Amino acid sequence: MARFEDMGPASPVVESIRVDMVNPTARLLGKIRAAIAVALATILLIPVYVMIVTSIKSYNDVVAIPPKLVFEPTMQGFVFLFSERAVLSKAQLEEYQKNPGELDFIGQLALEAGQQVTGPSDYVGRLKNSLIIAGVSTVLSVVLGFFAAYAFSRFNVPGKNDLLFFILSTRMLPAVVVTIPLFLMYRTLRLHDTHLGMILLYTVFNLSFSVWLLKGFIDEIPREYEDAALVDGYSRLEAFFKIVLPQSVTGLAATTVFCLIFAWNEYAFSLMLTSEKARTAPPSIATMLGRGVVEWQAIAAGSVLFLIPVVVITFALRKYLLRGVTFGAIRQ
Amino acid sequence: MSNVTLHNITKEFRDITALSSVSFEVKDGEFFVLLGPTGAGKTTTLRIIAGLEKQDDGTVSFDGEDISALPPADRDVAFVFQQYSLYPTMSVYDNLAFPLRSPLRKIPEPDIKKRVETTAETLRISHLLARKTAKLSGGEMQRVAIGRAIVRTPRVYLMDEPLSNLDAKLREALRVELQHLQKTQRSTTVFVTHDQIEALTMADRIGVLRQGQIVQVGSPEDIYDRPASTFVAEMVGTPRINLVEARREDGAIYIKDSQVRMSIPNSGNLPSSFLLGVRPEDLQPSSKGEYAGEIALTEPLGVETIVHIRSGNQRFLSLIPGMTHFKIGDAVKFNIAPDRLHFFQSNSGNRIQ
Amino acid sequence: MATIELRKVEKKFGTAYAVEPMDLTINHGEFVVLLGPSGCGKTTTLRMISGLETVSGGHIYLDGRDVTWLHPSDRDTAFVFQLFALYPHLTVRQNIAFPLQAQHESPETITKRVAETVELLKIGDLLNQRPGNLSGGDRQRVALARALVRHPAAFLMDEPLGALDADFRETMRAEIKRLHIEQNATTVYVTHDQIEAMAMADKIVVMSNAVVQHIGSPAEVYHNPSNLFVAAFIGSPGMNLMAGHFANQTVHFSDENSFKPPKEWNSALQVGLPSEGEVIVGFRPEVARLSDKGALVGDVYAVDIHGSYSVLHVKLAGSKDELGIVHLRADRRTSHPIGAKVSFDLDPEMVRFFNPQTEAAIRRENA
Repeated sequence: MARFEDMGPASPVVESIRVDMVNPTARLLGKIRAAIAVALATILLIPVYVMIVTSIKSYNDVVAIPPKLVFEPTMQGFVFLFSERAVLSKAQLEEYQKNPGELDFIGQLALEAGQQVTGPSDYVGRLKNSLIIAGVSTVLSVVLGFFAAYAFSRFNVPGKNDLLFFILSTRMLPAVVVTIPLFLMYRTLRLHDTHLGMILLYTVFNLSFSVWLLKGFIDEIPREYEDAALVDGYSRLEAFFKIVLPQSVTGLAATTVFCLIFAWNEYAFSLMLTSEKARTAPPSIATMLGRGVVEWQAIAAGSVLFLIPVVVITFALRKYLLRGVTFGAIRQ
Repeated sequence: MSNVTLHNITKEFRDITALSSVSFEVKDGEFFVLLGPTGAGKTTTLRIIAGLEKQDDGTVSFDGEDISALPPADRDVAFVFQQYSLYPTMSVYDNLAFPLRSPLRKIPEPDIKKRVETTAETLRISHLLARKTAKLSGGEMQRVAIGRAIVRTPRVYLMDEPLSNLDAKLREALRVELQHLQKTQRSTTVFVTHDQIEALTMADRIGVLRQGQIVQVGSPEDIYDRPASTFVAEMVGTPRINLVEARREDGAIYIKDSQVRMSIPNSGNLPSSFLLGVRPEDLQPSSKGEYAGEIALTEPLGVETIVHIRSGNQRFLSLIPGMTHFKIGDAVKFNIAPDRLHFFQSNSGNRIQ
Repeated sequence: MATIELRKVEKKFGTAYAVEPMDLTINHGEFVVLLGPSGCGKTTTLRMISGLETVSGGHIYLDGRDVTWLHPSDRDTAFVFQLFALYPHLTVRQNIAFPLQAQHESPETITKRVAETVELLKIGDLLNQRPGNLSGGDRQRVALARALVRHPAAFLMDEPLGALDADFRETMRAEIKRLHIEQNATTVYVTHDQIEAMAMADKIVVMSNAVVQHIGSPAEVYHNPSNLFVAAFIGSPGMNLMAGHFANQTVHFSDENSFKPPKEWNSALQVGLPSEGEVIVGFRPEVARLSDKGALVGDVYAVDIHGSYSVLHVKLAGSKDELGIVHLRADRRTSHPIGAKVSFDLDPEMVRFFNPQTEAAIRRENA
């Protein structure tokens, strides 16, 4: 006969629908707002669209005036991105055109533009550098930031508020301002143009962001959980891994994505502090702009490829991101 | 089970003194309730006993042994929190098993299973073992939280307002269950609450805490019948005690701002002005009442009614059995039981013997 | 002040009812309490009346006007929240003036009304403080002032005392009631605490699981609950409910315990009970009279001291498990050791009967 004792699960979080959200005028306004939002989104995505389309156009189609909306797609951009070429003289051109059979697919494409492939470009190497430097620095800044954030959240660190403000203040200055001192420092420390140097730099820059973001998440986790574990016989470290970590997953995902995006797209430091060995993709794509005839299709291709890893990761973590951006939504 | 002794516990947080020389003893098997308003320092005291907080001065002893240096894990206490004690990502079974799985204990899984199942049966939550804790009702969650404490058979149970977040009816039901559990298992329990009903009904002894200091320790009857100060007198009893200014003159007591005049024996030891306490059940309307007043408000509770009586410029609360026919504005006569009066100093609020 | 009428008002989330279709009339100046455990639908109902929640069906009338689809700000109701919802960046005075500014009242009107309300609630010395510096009780007074200052047609209060300490609750309870009487304000009040409901209400609407269980005055709901839920929910402790078997004009609980209902009940019981004669007998703790030669016997299971009275938990002889425990109200000076035998009688006027299958109360008149 237990009646009021156990009245079903805790109230589900259901969306309240206020009266003004349902009346006809409000509905119409809502629809108009939605239409405007879609229009804006479309407009904002046009550059991305143009970039993708440019990457599959041939050079002639790219520079055609008026711009060609209908064209024959080609892999020329990608091929040119990955290869060093030399322009063929008229004589060489005629020779190749007489015997096209020796050339492979790539060679064919180059021939169509009057060029010959002389070797691979440095783009692959640059992409690899990007992956290593951005990847490692993201992992480091998230992991170190997580531990630091936990300490700031749970312990009475002396001068805590000052330290936190100091950490925040590093984000206040434009990165460019410190490039010259950094350049001199790195030169002296022989960190110039090294993977280690860039990783260190990106980690430190991302750390301030990740500490602040993760501290916010950890603050939201009630301390009673860890207290209960302590009383039950677990050490603080065990409580950290068994309880704080699983509940921080959304925060960690959000922080990872943000740190990754920063490190991946970073341009200024990479340009200034690297030359050959440790240069990442962004400066390398941009320098393609300076070489004689600007091969827009290759630049577009390079940008498209560069975009893919971050888009993939962000898409994979999108569920966590939405929850992560709306802090502390987990209230009972 | 152990007895617990706190001796001169002091704790400061930056510029606030949370606890000041708190001392009391909890006997083996006793249900001791720490009662006080929010911010009195009850939770801090409990956390110090558990080892989650370190005191600045004083000692905590179990069975005479000073455990102040031990970390929480080594004190073998169980803590029931007000909320957020269940891990949301685990099932009820895993929540109950969690304390037993700590590396400190090294209990084999089959034993864990047996203990969890026995505990679940005691608390009537066996049907919930597979469920994730997020899908439980408030009452079920607290029962699981209590289960997590019981499953360990610790030396001492520490409970921090475990019923405060529950609906009134649920609180009643769980209160009875907790009482029954404690009495059958004879477990040493320190229970913290601001709800005086919980304190009166469950406690073997009560310690009243005010702004970090113990103001009285005693059985529920002691606290109710012989409150050591106005603070304690107002803390226990619903509705709250009538506290009025009074003066002594010519062997009689006069209540300020009203016509009430009582002659009582031995009024000589009373100071000339003091505070008089009368519990609402000791002030009753009567057709042959000595004093006159007017009904200001009635609050029918079913089994009894709280009647607010205005006499002169004073307001008295009276508790009468059953329903009442009184209406607001009715004239009424009432009596005050002369042997049930409480006297307190005006300035300090302390009891006058 | 206004009358509020709910006609077949319901709320669904998907296919599940949060509030089943209900009819309710709140008269001018009445204090109506929606009472029930968490999740019963009382807050949803209040929010529908205020417009913070849409209805899934039915109509709401304020003074005869159909307000079902009106924006909350057009309904002339004031809402008092459990967590006060005071604007933390404004002072107390600014908080109270805020609703009037929203209605574009003249500065003179605003000053006058704020002064009146502040006087009524005695918060004059708090005017320049920010809510963050106030105690819970003071904050609630400010929240009440903010509602009162609008002179709305109706007050809607959602568990306003829930966040306060127990002793504050008592004081504020009397204060809210006093305000209600002075203002003659139509008030709809939501709570899970039946003591609050009993103390304050002119009319109580008991709800459980989205369904209205009983609408009645405190006396009705206390003495003649419409079903088992209401009987157990109202009163602390709730009504004792004993399962028994009715035959030959006697209710048998066990071999040792039986009870003879007053004659007037017999015909109603014959008709109202299921064919096997199963019955649930209900009596409130104060209805039992301890006596040496009482008709019902049992052992003392536990004793609760409540200060001015005690509650004896008695396990009836012959009952198998905890369900056989009844709670009796006793004088505080009784000394009953655990295990002692007690016997008691029931006041025949105050005993009630319920059909175990329908859970509904059996009325004496249903013959």
